Amino acid sequence: MSSNLITQESTAPKSGDHVTSDAMSALEIDLKLKAIIADVLGIAPEDTAEYTPETGLFGHLPELDSMAVAGLLTEIEDRLGIVIEDDDIDGEMLETYGGLLAFAQAKMTGV
Amino acid sequence: MIIGTWNAPARSGKSSDELLVSFAQSREARILVLPAWFDEANRLRRFTMEVMRRLDAAGIDCFMPDLPGCNESLLPLRHQTIDGWRDAAQAAAQQLGATHVLAMRAAALIAPAHLPGWHYAPETGARQLKLMMRAHTIAQREKGIHQTTGTLQVNGRTKGAILAGWEIGPVMFNDLENAQSPAASDRQRAIPADALGASPLWLRAEPSHDPAQADTLAALVREGIIAT
Repeated sequence: MSSNLITQESTAPKSGDHVTSDAMSALEIDLKLKAIIADVLGIAPEDTAEYTPETGLFGHLPELDSMAVAGLLTEIEDRLGIVIEDDDIDGEMLETYGGLLAFAQAKMTGV
Repeated sequence: MIIGTWNAPARSGKSSDELLVSFAQSREARILVLPAWFDEANRLRRFTMEVMRRLDAAGIDCFMPDLPGCNESLLPLRHQTIDGWRDAAQAAAQQLGATHVLAMRAAALIAPAHLPGWHYAPETGARQLKLMMRAHTIAQREKGIHQTTGTLQVNGRTKGAILAGWEIGPVMFNDLENAQSPAASDRQRAIPADALGASPLWLRAEPSHDPAQADTLAALVREGIIAT
């Protein structure tokens, strides 16, 4: 959990006024994303809570075949209110939890 | 439970015998259960069967016909269209003397309009197609082949496409792109996925079962029948 926070804070904007709220929203995105993965793939929330940026996803989790990835991305779109373009989807974004989180944060904050 | 067949019509005129799963004891309420489509059909098959078992236990007849080109059908999927499936659902309703319909996911698109009933987590054809195209492009990238959904769409509309192993003919491809989920009417009511209180099972990589979700859906249907 703490390692995730460090990653999220590093993506927060420089302005001191916004650090707190954006760091919060980064944490919220992290928690929401873990909840979506747990929910969609039927993985115990206790397990996804321990995901680090290095945790492997596509190609590592047996729960994630290509159809499940497609379902997961569609649920992420619906629940985070973002649109994932065809060209956004690449191996790096799907390979690790950190890749997916960075992608979701970038989409949501426009960074 | 009886596994038999029913006679599905075809627009070309030649009908086909298709699989039919029945829980039939000539009871008053007879539900036509229309299974989900394509990959979701596999992922939701057990769940759908479990719902039927519960309805049977509650004193309700139910029937799940294979549509032409689906499951055990000998007809090629690439020749199927949404209109053809709608005709098939209508014919099944008549042959089986259905009093209600329970349509799973995109099957809401073909639920016979004259029957009262339910759409479980209804889905538009366009979203169903998008999901399959996305799964296909992801699988292709795993193989090192870069194919955009734009290219898939252009080809799919004219030649059809094999998406995640499902052969979608050009007519079906266009049908799906244009098919909107029917609005819930007084006769047919949508039961959203979250009404069952847990993560929907079509999202799982393996066909899964959740007794609590099957209990809830069967209970909602049973209460609906009692109310009518």
